[in-house]
Amino acid sequence: MDIRFTADELAFRDELRSWLGAVLPTLGDPPERDDWPGRREWDTGWQQMLYEAGYAGINWPSEFGGRGSTPTEHLIFLEETTRMGAPYVGMNFVAQLHAGPTLILEATAEQQARHLPAMLRGDEVWCQGFSEPNAGSDLASLSTRAVRDRDHYVVTGQKIWTSFGHVADYCELLVRTDPEAPKHRGITWLICPMDLPGIEVRPIATVAGSSEFCEVFFDEVRIPVANRVGDENDGWRVAMVTFSFERGTAFISELLGTMNQLAEMAEMARKSSRNGSTAWHSAWEDDEIRREIGRLQAEYDALWALTKRVVSQAQRTGMPGPGGSVFKLYYADVKKRMADLAHRLLEREALVLAEGGDEQTGGDMAASRLYVLSLSIAAGTSEIQRNIIGERILGLPKDR
Amino acid sequence: MDFELSDDQVALCDGIRDLCQGRFDIDTVRGLADCGGVDRRLWGELADTGVFSLVASEEEGGVGLGWAEAGLVFEQLGRALMPGPLVGTLLAAGVVDDEVVGFMERPSGPGLVEYPDVIDALLVLDEHGVWRVDAAELSVEPAQSVDPLTPVGRVAVLPQGQQLQSDCYGWANRAVYLCSALQVGLAAGARELAVAYAKERRQFDKPIGQFQAVKHTCADMYSREEVARAALYYAGCVMDATCGPGVASDPSGYLYFEGSVVHPGDPLGDAECGELVRAVSGARILAASAADRNGKDCVQVHGGMGFTWEVDAHLYLKRAWALTPQFGSLDRHADRMADSVGADQFGRGAPLG
Repeated sequence: MDIRFTADELAFRDELRSWLGAVLPTLGDPPERDDWPGRREWDTGWQQMLYEAGYAGINWPSEFGGRGSTPTEHLIFLEETTRMGAPYVGMNFVAQLHAGPTLILEATAEQQARHLPAMLRGDEVWCQGFSEPNAGSDLASLSTRAVRDRDHYVVTGQKIWTSFGHVADYCELLVRTDPEAPKHRGITWLICPMDLPGIEVRPIATVAGSSEFCEVFFDEVRIPVANRVGDENDGWRVAMVTFSFERGTAFISELLGTMNQLAEMAEMARKSSRNGSTAWHSAWEDDEIRREIGRLQAEYDALWALTKRVVSQAQRTGMPGPGGSVFKLYYADVKKRMADLAHRLLEREALVLAEGGDEQTGGDMAASRLYVLSLSIAAGTSEIQRNIIGERILGLPKDR
Repeated sequence: MDFELSDDQVALCDGIRDLCQGRFDIDTVRGLADCGGVDRRLWGELADTGVFSLVASEEEGGVGLGWAEAGLVFEQLGRALMPGPLVGTLLAAGVVDDEVVGFMERPSGPGLVEYPDVIDALLVLDEHGVWRVDAAELSVEPAQSVDPLTPVGRVAVLPQGQQLQSDCYGWANRAVYLCSALQVGLAAGARELAVAYAKERRQFDKPIGQFQAVKHTCADMYSREEVARAALYYAGCVMDATCGPGVASDPSGYLYFEGSVVHPGDPLGDAECGELVRAVSGARILAASAADRNGKDCVQVHGGMGFTWEVDAHLYLKRAWALTPQFGSLDRHADRMADSVGADQFGRGAPLG
């Protein structure tokens, strides 16, 4: 058990720091929240810069064009890029962290050659077509139909919560190819180009006022059979491969961004001036507020340590440990406590929405009070995480 | 970085767990309530395994392992509900010759002494250092303890004793760390007991652990335990990096003594010192909370049986309560944490790297 970085890991950090120090000042200002062409250019432009510097696909194997870094180097990469304020993975998320790894493990050489280099260069933006209006936590009950017509699947149905669906080039799409089979055995994983006839994308307005989520409607969309990844009706297993990537290092930027926000809140509490029962004082002198800041720091430090344990397990075994579900469940709760703290600190001023609205990382603390509501819902609700922990880790009997 | 247990560390945990199951099963542990919490023969057996001399150097007759290992061992002792002045006896190894050694903060007035009938000596921590008070010098009035395995007595005035050390802060940090390790173990033990019962107890023709209301309680217990354990392991690594073998000075820094706290504008001015205080106080807050809440949830999962003396659930909760107020209240630790917020959150890895 050694939390210290090795000489090689420190050298990697130094090299990355000096590269970031050189390129970040050249980036200019990020685009507005609803400037979708601008955001695509910003996110894919950053991916291109990573590619040229040899940091693209940091956790992808080198034979597929990645850097082949260890999980610890991946952790360092996310720590440094967050610390230095580099762009977030943004709309490269699905290609880099979901679809790309799935293609590496499951796709044909031809499919890999066509997509992986383009993903690394930032030439392709991907989205995820998994959830449906009637298939959320019970994802395997999805009902978007794909009917075989010679060398095409004809797809009809509806997907939902598809982030960046309106700007994506491709979709990792789960469809039902055998409605008679048990629900997990009739699903197929397809690569769906988003410009095919019959696809309609409608943005969904969220409580935070943003519109990165979309609904995607498929009306007899013809997808070549050559776009199938894995065997017909084996898509559930292929999708589970994707999920195993989703629960490793996914929250590092998010957690470190949150720690930055807490530091900003502490600073604000120290400088604030409010009218107490007897005299004006700073919020910092309020024991409840100051100690809640301290307790939250203890929680986040512990979650950072837990992340390092999960990453160390991944480094040893190739798979992240079960700490991923624990992290997600616990983090959603303590991040919400920080939003409560923001309300107490801001008092009446909390009514005012910050410029730019909801921000995921490093943004305004009051704005993130809306974003945090999604943390216990997206990528497996907290209820589902508790089922996973209870059944897979603790061995309690299934209720289904 | 490899923040997982090494093979030797896993073997150490297994060894202590086996020892506890073999020689200190729950009936034996409960029986210790009748002899003041410590049976000399069993205590000697425990000492012979090296649990108290783990960290003392080999020249001092110890095992020469690190604080990370001490934390792992104390976690297992907490899990087994092992009573006795464990923290004091470990810290005293190589410093005094007594076999059963209590350790407490000097109270400003009358105070409570734990295990008053069985200790040979009491070490007392104050802002001037660590003092040894011979048990014979103590005048103790009996008092009823909430925890049957943590007997206490009242002392009107604690004798000054004989000064052993002038370093109070290092001792305080280590005591806080070891209490945290015991409480992570309590959280684990309470969770294991609750989960076992949830699998076995049937209502409405099902094991109650099949109902999400119970299953989710168990999942929350496990989450608290895992997060607190990560904080503890991190604190152990920081302890070893800042005050382990080979580190010349002891930069363990202030902890919580008001009035004597080294507290300049930037409490993290000394990065290593700041990291240690933050890691130890953080572990303290999470471990105490996990032990308390898991103890309560363990009672709840057991239903009516959880409210009985016969089921062990109350013993985890009561031990958590006995440990929590030791060496700084949780509010003081939260204040320490708050003081550290805003220092470079990420560069803190650097001094260790």
